[in-house]
Amino acid sequence: MHIAEGVLPPVILASSAILSAAGVCIGLKKLDYDRIMTTAILSASFFVASLIHVPIGPVSGHLILNGLLGLLLGWVSFPAIMVALALQAILFQFGGITTLGVNTLNMALPPVICFYVFRPMLSKGTFSLRMASFLCGMTAVALSALLTSGTLALGGDNFLNSAKILLISSVPVMVIEGLITAVVVGFLAKVSPQIFDFEIATSNSVVSAQTSPSTTE
Amino acid sequence: MSLESFAEGKSPFHTMDAAAKLAAAALFSICTALLTSITAACAALLVGIVLLAVAQLPFKILCRRVLFINAFIAFLWLTLPVSTAGTPLFTWGGFTVTKEGVDLTLLITLKSNAIIAAVIALLATSNVTDIGTGFARLHVPQKLSLLFLFTWRYIHVILEEYKRLSTAATLRGFVPGTNSHTYKTYANLIAMVLIKSHDRAERVSNAMKLRGFNGTFHSLHRTRTHPADAVVAATIVLLGTALLAADYFHLTELL
Repeated sequence: MHIAEGVLPPVILASSAILSAAGVCIGLKKLDYDRIMTTAILSASFFVASLIHVPIGPVSGHLILNGLLGLLLGWVSFPAIMVALALQAILFQFGGITTLGVNTLNMALPPVICFYVFRPMLSKGTFSLRMASFLCGMTAVALSALLTSGTLALGGDNFLNSAKILLISSVPVMVIEGLITAVVVGFLAKVSPQIFDFEIATSNSVVSAQTSPSTTE
Repeated sequence: MSLESFAEGKSPFHTMDAAAKLAAAALFSICTALLTSITAACAALLVGIVLLAVAQLPFKILCRRVLFINAFIAFLWLTLPVSTAGTPLFTWGGFTVTKEGVDLTLLITLKSNAIIAAVIALLATSNVTDIGTGFARLHVPQKLSLLFLFTWRYIHVILEEYKRLSTAATLRGFVPGTNSHTYKTYANLIAMVLIKSHDRAERVSNAMKLRGFNGTFHSLHRTRTHPADAVVAATIVLLGTALLAADYFHLTELL
């Protein structure tokens, strides 16, 4: 869901760039040097996920995983997603420099919202964890699609049709993202709960967040 | 899979300072994105093509790349000409193609390709590590440049790990299809990749701390800063600004 260069009017580009910059600043404030590595991995997974094509009926769509990023990172999703999008712009010229702001906002605001809505449910038991992560994966993609088509529609009435097509075509992706996020979070909670820096429900009991060896010096 | 397909080469742009190229590419893109007339956009595309010619990139890969990026533009060509109100050019099966719609789509196509050409010529000719250090030189916050460099590093690790696991799945007879088994398999694969990379990152992070990592990186490719780099970057920015000014004051209509 990248918006290409030269499509949107300057007002929208500028205002969304400012909002994204604010988000990135908050994210960087909350990111301490010890978590940079974990963040880089998740940011790299966001990049790699877009290269993984999964079959959806006759066509294939690529994974987005921004819901998963939101659950794990919260506000730090902003810098993580911006870095991945910048790399995509430099390496493949998807999106671009002038649209980096609007694309970051569209992809990173939904995970931050999902973080606040669904994170509390992750520590309330295994069933709640599965439901919350499914809904989180789904909602993040749905909100991103809404925001992207919304910005396209703001670009002028003549973009309305493109916006509608974009929105409808992302419905199957939402369901698949939800399913994949639920399984990934369930797996991580069971096998490696220390990836989360907060309390998470495991299959046995609620264990408190373990601090990684690097932070216990 | 080679991610940096254009970074190898001997053209003037390959040896140029990444910070100067970053600044030039960003400012030229912004100027081009603001253009409103087709003539100015054509001129911008011409600048982009000249830059590409200077960069001397492998032609075949370049064509494939440009075609691929134009997929989004093709999607706009399908919807925009019929959904813009204005003077009809022709009607076919209930759809009316308008002159304004065609003009708008043409403008977007030209601007988009001009920016893509400039960005490929300027940025894809540097390796990402140099661009990361370029960010630091342009006073991008240190945490962000670090995140950029580490992300680039882990993209390779994760891709490799992912390929290894998906080969293993294929060898066990996994055929992707539209069913929940496929999605669960992919999800388990992703979770496994995340856990392995996380453990690895933890080890690397500890090793770096042990060696006294203080937040700066030293690139092995030393691109020396030439005053000529600043001149080239300034020329590109000036061209962009001139086009924007010509567009704003409607100088192209005088021709």
